[in-house]
Amino acid sequence: MTTSQSRRLCDDQRQERMLPWAMLAELTHACPLRCPYCSNPLELISRSRELGTEDWTRVMAEAAALGVVHAHLSGGEPLLRADLPEIVTAADGAGIYTQLVTSGVGLSRSRLDGLAAAGLRSVQLSVQDATAERSDRIAGARSFAAKERAARLVRDAGLPFGLNVVLHRHNLDSIDEIIALSVAWGADRVELANTQFYGWALRNRGALLPTRDQLRRAEDKVAVWRARLAGEVRLVWVVPDYFEGVPKPCMGGWGAVSLTVAPDGAVLPCPGAYVLPGLEFPNVRERGLRWIWEESAAFNAYRGTAWMGDPCSTCPRRDVDFGGCRCQAYAITGRADRTDPACALSPDHHLIQTITAKSAPPEHNAPPAEPGPEQGVPTAGMGSEHGVLFAYRRHR
Amino acid sequence: MTGRRPALAASIMMRHDAVRDADLLVMPERIVVLNDQAASVVRLCDGTRTVAQIIDELTAAFPGGAVATDVPEFLDRVRAEGWLR
Ligand code: SF4
Ligand code: SF4
Repeated sequence: MTTSQSRRLCDDQRQERMLPWAMLAELTHACPLRCPYCSNPLELISRSRELGTEDWTRVMAEAAALGVVHAHLSGGEPLLRADLPEIVTAADGAGIYTQLVTSGVGLSRSRLDGLAAAGLRSVQLSVQDATAERSDRIAGARSFAAKERAARLVRDAGLPFGLNVVLHRHNLDSIDEIIALSVAWGADRVELANTQFYGWALRNRGALLPTRDQLRRAEDKVAVWRARLAGEVRLVWVVPDYFEGVPKPCMGGWGAVSLTVAPDGAVLPCPGAYVLPGLEFPNVRERGLRWIWEESAAFNAYRGTAWMGDPCSTCPRRDVDFGGCRCQAYAITGRADRTDPACALSPDHHLIQTITAKSAPPEHNAPPAEPGPEQGVPTAGMGSEHGVLFAYRRHR
Repeated sequence: MTGRRPALAASIMMRHDAVRDADLLVMPERIVVLNDQAASVVRLCDGTRTVAQIIDELTAAFPGGAVATDVPEFLDRVRAEGWLR
């Protein structure tokens, strides 16, 4: 979430007490798609372990009492939950603004009408690329036509409509077509989200990482579109932190503005935190959300600045980016309490530079030519097509 | 300009946050905390009042303030953000 520029009359939300503003509700990890950059953990939670309707109803009430204003109903594909309208009703009844985060697969007019009647406030739809052939290839499933239909339904329903496109080496060169598609589909807001390398994306990094040239060209084109669409469509460019030398203020700080509830009820400060060693994530089946937010060891582990070492502990930006991302620090350096190596000031920054320097143009990226760390790891559903080598997620 | 009847954009909700005792503008990816003055202006942007009427009402409520200049300026800024129609 961004802060207001109208500083004189509107106060910045960060000046408030430390209470969560937003909740990412991962209702299920099941999904008809198999995006190679999916942010779900490598160990997907099975449907039999998912929270029930009453659990989510209680979670929404507890979240509202704790200060949560926004709930992002996500997954996996949240439309796979038959009780989605009940969950929306519970959130809305508790005073929480809900946004559906969906692949669009399974959205029908009657389904959307039911959700809107239950109090759904906005929809964020994902699309993988600008053409059916390329989008379906990345998604690992025929889904583009369903997305196109979903976009029309959301538009017709008059709900605020955001489109999310994860960017990587295979679609950055199509950025013009992607933005044109967003305009044609009637999006109010387009999130051009450069891949963040956790979970499946980290596993598939070798096949997804763009080149610096690709990024530069795409960013120039976005700037042209932004001027052209000013006042009509908001274009949000999520920075490729591997290339910028500047870490992202991950989740607005650990346990500072947001919490994630996983399908099985585990509560995490960020959806990538599963991988971090030594943290036990409390579960809403056993603990109240307030205790989890205020007292649990997991939420206090990297809260504030006291845990920081050099160079973050004395850096003037420590209250701006909070030392970057803990999951990334762990993924790259093996230590979750290091400075995010995406930061140019990090003593480990060369590790990121080595990775980005190796990224060759897509034409030269036939699978055997660039063995990444993901190769050779035994996995279900390793798929290879059109020179793209991905480990695909598979649900048990 | 003072004949316009401002209203919140369709995608935006104004709501009171009981936990923080604050008035908020809630949008799909963003939350803005309004201070008391801002909230008192936005609350009157309901599509029925003209800007002139809003100024009159606020001047009556806060005599001695610089309502006549502050309010149009504030409304312009809020409109530029896309929060008003
Ligand atoms: S990223 Fe793709 S596979 Fe993962 S939940 Fe979203 S749509 Fe499904
Ligand atoms: S040194 Fe730490 S606090 Fe300073 S910019 Fe880098 S990550 Fe942020």
